[in-house]
Amino acid sequence: MGPKPLALQDLEAYWTKEAGPQKWIRVCMDTGGIAAGARQVHQALIDARDDWMLDIHIRQTGSLGLSYADPVVVVGDASGVTGILGNMDPESARELMRLLGNGGRALLEDRMIVPHVRGRSFSGPPQTMILVKDTNAPHPEDRTRFFQELIREELQVHGLADQVGVYRAMDMGLYQKGICMQLLPSRVTYSNVSGPDVRRIIHESLGEGQVLEEMLESGEDPQERIVLRHCGHIDPDELDDYLCAGGYRGLKRALLDMTPEEVIGELKTSGLRGRGGAGFPTWLKWRNTREPLAERKIVICNADEGDPGAFMDRSVLEGDPHAVLEGLMIAAYAIGADKGFFYIRAEYPLAIQRVQRALDQSRAAGLLGPNILGSDFSFDAQVRLGAGAFVCGEETALIASIEGRRGSPEPRPPYPSVKGLFGKPTAINNVETLAAVSVILDRGGEWYAGFGTEKSRGTKVFAVTGKVRNPQLVEVAMGTPIRNVIEMCGGAGEGRRIKAVQTGGPSGGVIPRGKMDTPVTYEGLRELGSIMGSGGMLVMDERDSMVDVAKFYLGFCVDESCGKCAPCRIGGFQMLKLLEKIHAGNGKREDLDTIRDICHCMRSASLCGLGQMAPNPVLSTLRYFEDEYLDLVDAGGQAKRGAR
Amino acid sequence: MRTQTEIGSLLDWVEEMRVRVREIVREWDDQEGNLIMMLHAVQNEFGYISRGVAGVLAKETGINMARIYEVITFYHYFRLTPPGSHSVQVCMGTACYLKGAQKLYDELAQQLQLMEAAGGRQGDVQLETVRCIGCCGMAPAVVVDSETHGRLCPGDILQFLKRKQEARHGS
Amino acid sequence: MIQEAAMIRAKINGTPIEVPEGTSILDAARKAGVRIPTLCKHPDLLPTAACGLCIVKVAGQERMPRACATMLQPDMEIITHDGELTRIRRTILELILSTHPNACLTCGRNGNCELQTLLGEFGVRDDRLEKYLRDVPPDHSNGSIIIDFAKCITCGRCVRTCQEIQNVWALSMLNRSINTRMAPAGDILLADSPCIKCGQCAAHCPTGAIVEHDETATVWEALRDPEKYCSVQIAPSVRVALGEEFGYPPGTNLTRQIYATLRRLGFHAVFDTNFSADLTIMEEACEFVQRFVHGKGPLPLITSCCPAWTDYMEKNHQDFIENFSTAKSPQQMLGVVAKTYYSEKMGLDPAKHFQVSIMPCTAKKYELERTDEMFASGHQDVDVTLTTRELARMIKQSGLVFREMPEEDADSPLGEYSGSGTLFGATGGVMEAALRTAHYLVTGRNLAPDAVNILPVRGLEGVREAEIDIEGTAVRVAVSHGMANVGKVLDKVRAARERGEDPPYHFIEVMACPGGCIGGGGQPYGISDEVRRRRMAGLYADDQGCARRFSHENPAIQRIYKEFLGEPLGEKAERLLHTRYHPRKSYLR
Ligand SMILES: Cc1cc2nc3c(=O)[nH]c(=O)nc-3n(C[C@H](O)[C@H](O)[C@H](O)COP(=O)(O)O)c2cc1C
Ligand code: SF4
Ligand code: SF4
Ligand code: SF4
Ligand code: SF4
Ligand code: SF4
Ligand code: SF4
Ligand code: SF4
Ligand code: FES
Ligand code: FES
Ligand code: FES
Repeated sequence: MGPKPLALQDLEAYWTKEAGPQKWIRVCMDTGGIAAGARQVHQALIDARDDWMLDIHIRQTGSLGLSYADPVVVVGDASGVTGILGNMDPESARELMRLLGNGGRALLEDRMIVPHVRGRSFSGPPQTMILVKDTNAPHPEDRTRFFQELIREELQVHGLADQVGVYRAMDMGLYQKGICMQLLPSRVTYSNVSGPDVRRIIHESLGEGQVLEEMLESGEDPQERIVLRHCGHIDPDELDDYLCAGGYRGLKRALLDMTPEEVIGELKTSGLRGRGGAGFPTWLKWRNTREPLAERKIVICNADEGDPGAFMDRSVLEGDPHAVLEGLMIAAYAIGADKGFFYIRAEYPLAIQRVQRALDQSRAAGLLGPNILGSDFSFDAQVRLGAGAFVCGEETALIASIEGRRGSPEPRPPYPSVKGLFGKPTAINNVETLAAVSVILDRGGEWYAGFGTEKSRGTKVFAVTGKVRNPQLVEVAMGTPIRNVIEMCGGAGEGRRIKAVQTGGPSGGVIPRGKMDTPVTYEGLRELGSIMGSGGMLVMDERDSMVDVAKFYLGFCVDESCGKCAPCRIGGFQMLKLLEKIHAGNGKREDLDTIRDICHCMRSASLCGLGQMAPNPVLSTLRYFEDEYLDLVDAGGQAKRGAR
Repeated sequence: MRTQTEIGSLLDWVEEMRVRVREIVREWDDQEGNLIMMLHAVQNEFGYISRGVAGVLAKETGINMARIYEVITFYHYFRLTPPGSHSVQVCMGTACYLKGAQKLYDELAQQLQLMEAAGGRQGDVQLETVRCIGCCGMAPAVVVDSETHGRLCPGDILQFLKRKQEARHGS
Repeated sequence: MIQEAAMIRAKINGTPIEVPEGTSILDAARKAGVRIPTLCKHPDLLPTAACGLCIVKVAGQERMPRACATMLQPDMEIITHDGELTRIRRTILELILSTHPNACLTCGRNGNCELQTLLGEFGVRDDRLEKYLRDVPPDHSNGSIIIDFAKCITCGRCVRTCQEIQNVWALSMLNRSINTRMAPAGDILLADSPCIKCGQCAAHCPTGAIVEHDETATVWEALRDPEKYCSVQIAPSVRVALGEEFGYPPGTNLTRQIYATLRRLGFHAVFDTNFSADLTIMEEACEFVQRFVHGKGPLPLITSCCPAWTDYMEKNHQDFIENFSTAKSPQQMLGVVAKTYYSEKMGLDPAKHFQVSIMPCTAKKYELERTDEMFASGHQDVDVTLTTRELARMIKQSGLVFREMPEEDADSPLGEYSGSGTLFGATGGVMEAALRTAHYLVTGRNLAPDAVNILPVRGLEGVREAEIDIEGTAVRVAVSHGMANVGKVLDKVRAARERGEDPPYHFIEVMACPGGCIGGGGQPYGISDEVRRRRMAGLYADDQGCARRFSHENPAIQRIYKEFLGEPLGEKAERLLHTRYHPRKSYLR
């Protein structure tokens, strides 16, 4: 990016630019990917390409969200993505380059993932078959290999063995569906394939080009990737990439075609509610910040994602920083702010680096600074770092932290929208909220409101971890049942039954197996005694002790309590002691009463959300799994009596 | 007794430190609410925030020592004592906890202790826990000297450290 | 000029009330005759909202807001007390108690501790939770106050007092979570910190975690020692505050009852610091005239009778050392004349003369040995300083029924005072007294009877500025109290200095404690602006009631100059009544 500021025409040229015909490979280089070895894969690809002097474009990108498959590479050409490969290493990278260099497809045994891309008809003869593991079989690997051999033999019989390759996939987003087969290039996919089916498929589908409707797996991608729209597709370090993907169109529309009030109106239409946890309507927060008379106002992007088990904000910042910046600028325009901050946790060095780079590039391009896009709107933003304190995600604590003080929350009112950072009216929004804002302004509030439910519009990104087969990020329309979200990640891992799902992190609660059909909405989760929170979903199976999990979350809140107010500082600590005592089999039934007393006290009398919600994991496990507590208490008692 | 040259180099160091802190302060001087950013810069520079450095920072910025200590003791990220020459941070986030991070931590702690007792070089390995480093997909995650690894066992980690130490002492 | 705040109506426990907009629920409830329990809120401080005891219910709201930090809104319906709230509050108290030692019997706050009182009121009868006590030894390093960290409930009152009201930053809140604790700036000894010993932290602490260094035992011992001649002085502000310890309303002037009580405690002579306040005025007003009229020495002249302030200046405003009045504080002046003039007169051996001062102040304990000049009599001029609270304790120990004490006079001549002397105890008082005498020194005439009360320097405004006309020349003065306010005044002077202009003020009075000594760190607990006003009113009434209102008219003062000291600012006066200031380090570590 040259230092020359971009004019409106330049932007429009980007937005209408056609993609070149080139072949390309993108390596997902987010923290998770890099930790798993993406850099080495990236280097191996470059080395191989240069060795063989191939014309293949290699670049970095953010995360597709497929954490379980890291390192991940995406292969494609002008037509789009042609393959996604996971669990890569330098050797397979070289092998991949060899295949592509020879004009082949990205077919690597046990590495292919292309979830939910399926065809319904044939357009040319199938050349390749991809097999999906029957993950429910007692020995999935063996069974898959057995089928691979079976198919090969059958191909031999039909004299097709030389034309059709048979490969094992890593993951195609098909679970509980037995052995599945996907035929390329058409992507016609069959599920629950049996031995006799193999013969039919080869004969009728391969041979005669028929689609076998009764086996056809036609399910579409259950994900709606709005916030994650660019993650894994563009190079987060390149403004050009973001512009080519239509970036800053929303900002242009806001600045040049709309008044701030109209922007707020658009947000109201969209129904977007804050994704940082509380679900406060974004338009209302902006209006409240717009209203007070003040010389200067401030916008802050809350990127303190401290919730253990959550990594969606990091993925967005690392994968698409400009989208968040664009959202922040739109927020600033709407409320009349000229200064913005990204408050990013220091534990996210890559996100910090990418946001910083995005800021520098935008400034150089004239997208930050005075009179942006020729309008009256002037704005600049800078990065501020957290320093290892979860509570600094709370708005007043975050403000204290930027101001250079201890991150202790303050009583509200006054709300930050009236008296915020440096005493000025301040709007604080979450990363995901802002990433949604930029696309809402581009595509319209109404379009966005078309996703989700009446009261919870749009989509939400969840970080699904724990005892799930494929820990990953998923973005789904609000209202999707929890069960479906878990199934998108392959369901239970380690072959055991799911016992409960914890949502909302340390402020949330558990949702027992019996309630898994609850749709994810702010209200739905709250009714069950949990919260949406930032979007962590922790899956627990039968081996996990609910008392232990409650103890873990409470322990987190105890460590992270800012220590200012007595109910939280001491209440959490004493409750943890009691839980530890119970867990160790030394508890008494009265201890449960004391725990309930303390919970009540913390909920009512803690100053901020941390302390008010810290009892949730305990209360909700007590609500659904009280017998686990009682068993521990009684067993402990019995053991003692026995010993006497 | 310190020799003249030792004292001289100590003074040089103090002077150098002052100059460096002053530079950091100058860089942030015109920004409102800059303390935490300056503390990050200071810690990056010196590895930790000693009382001496905090004192210079206080003098240069006019921010009270009390405030500086309030802040550095509040935020886990800031260190008041020099770090070990290697650090191992075991993630104790939800995902990692559920996948056995506590056990991993306990075993590591035990082995490091044994090694220290045996006079091994591992004595200056700083073992800590962190809360979710954002690699939950690779749980349990461990950061060894700012390199993130997933699904390692204590043995792997110690092996890795040993190789690093040998490499360093070899050169 | 002052706009009337709009009134709002709301209901508290069903009772309709009307209060000005911007009234907290806590204050509104108090007006409705309801006391909501508090621990972290202090009337001097903006709410921290730390303890959670003051939560209330608001109709239609799920959350329970904190009454101390929430403004009453029109039409709110508030419930301040019900079974649920009481239960939550009791749990909070139990939680606090679980981190607090059961050490009331040996505690400096036994009997007037806010925590103890609440635990009693809420009927907490057992330790249901396991104790988790802080294992940090008490800090005895500072001769004025003692910090017992184990008793600290982390309410933050002292820290905010020291940082926000006093701008000293000797105290800090460190760490977080259950490890959060109050500690001198970055975990050092208080003696090594910038502490100026004002004791405001102790005055604002709800518990016994910070208390004055109790020296009653030393005084009892001296009183028991047949070899010693014990004399005592009481500071201006003590007379209008001590009564609170015995059930009198704040501001009740009990001067003569206190004299009688002190005699019965065994003191051989009872003096009054008001006498030496008059003496201070003689010296200080002369100094002022020297500088103002004769240009001998820089202006503004700054008062120096508050040792916490001199300490603060020596640490933080060293560029004003030259501006300081070298006149010693009244406490030290009385000490030195007691051990010289009085001892000579009475034929006492000054070495055996034991001088006790009763002060509103913890910093006065430090002043006793501040510099060599505090030993001008050849001995330590004042041997022990007791705070008002310590005196009350002695009286209680002695069995004397204070309320039944007769009224007596102090011993002559060090017990005679003018109305000016008594003013010293309130902010603005030194200024008012000095101006009265300065006017006389310059013009040879007293202020007209209707101008004796110099009203613009009175009040509780943090900084008060005034211009007083002395024979056509405007004397510009500023009065500041609460250490955080002094910076504003001095910065104005600095700015003028830099521009090479005349100083904006000729004379500045500074008192460390809000309200001056009537609000001192050693005064009876329960300070608030209301209490300050009443104590001040007590002093102003004392002044008004004095036959003589001018220091220079105090016959005992005239006599001591004639018989002993010579001229104000003369050689002997300089030697005995003046001191010097030196730059000090804020941090010894
Ligand atoms: C203890 C605590 C921690 C929080 N942490 C975060 C966080 O890490 N990121 C975030 O966006 N919001 C966090 N929040 C919520 C924010 O305070 C705030 O509601 C949010 O940033 C507002 O943005 P939104 O309206 O876009 O959701 C936290 C709240 C509490 C009480
Ligand atoms: S609830 Fe906990 S985190 Fe929040 S202010 Fe109170 S002590 Fe701090
Ligand atoms: S501080 Fe109060 S409650 Fe604590 S020991 Fe002293 S008197 Fe008792
Ligand atoms: S109050 Fe109770 S504990 Fe205290 S002295 Fe009296 S009887 Fe003993
Ligand atoms: S005595 Fe005064 S200066 Fe010292 S710590 Fe207490 S409030 Fe601060
Ligand atoms: S010392 Fe007293 S005022 Fe200070 S925090 Fe502790 S209890 Fe509160
Ligand atoms: S005015 Fe204050 S400092 Fe001066 S003598 Fe009186 S009590 Fe002491
Ligand atoms: S104002 Fe009075 S009580 Fe307060 S420190 Fe100064 S002399 Fe002492
Ligand atoms: S692809 Fe790994 S979480 Fe990103
Ligand atoms: S829980 Fe360990 S990386 Fe997130
Ligand atoms: S008095 Fe209101 S929170 Fe403590």
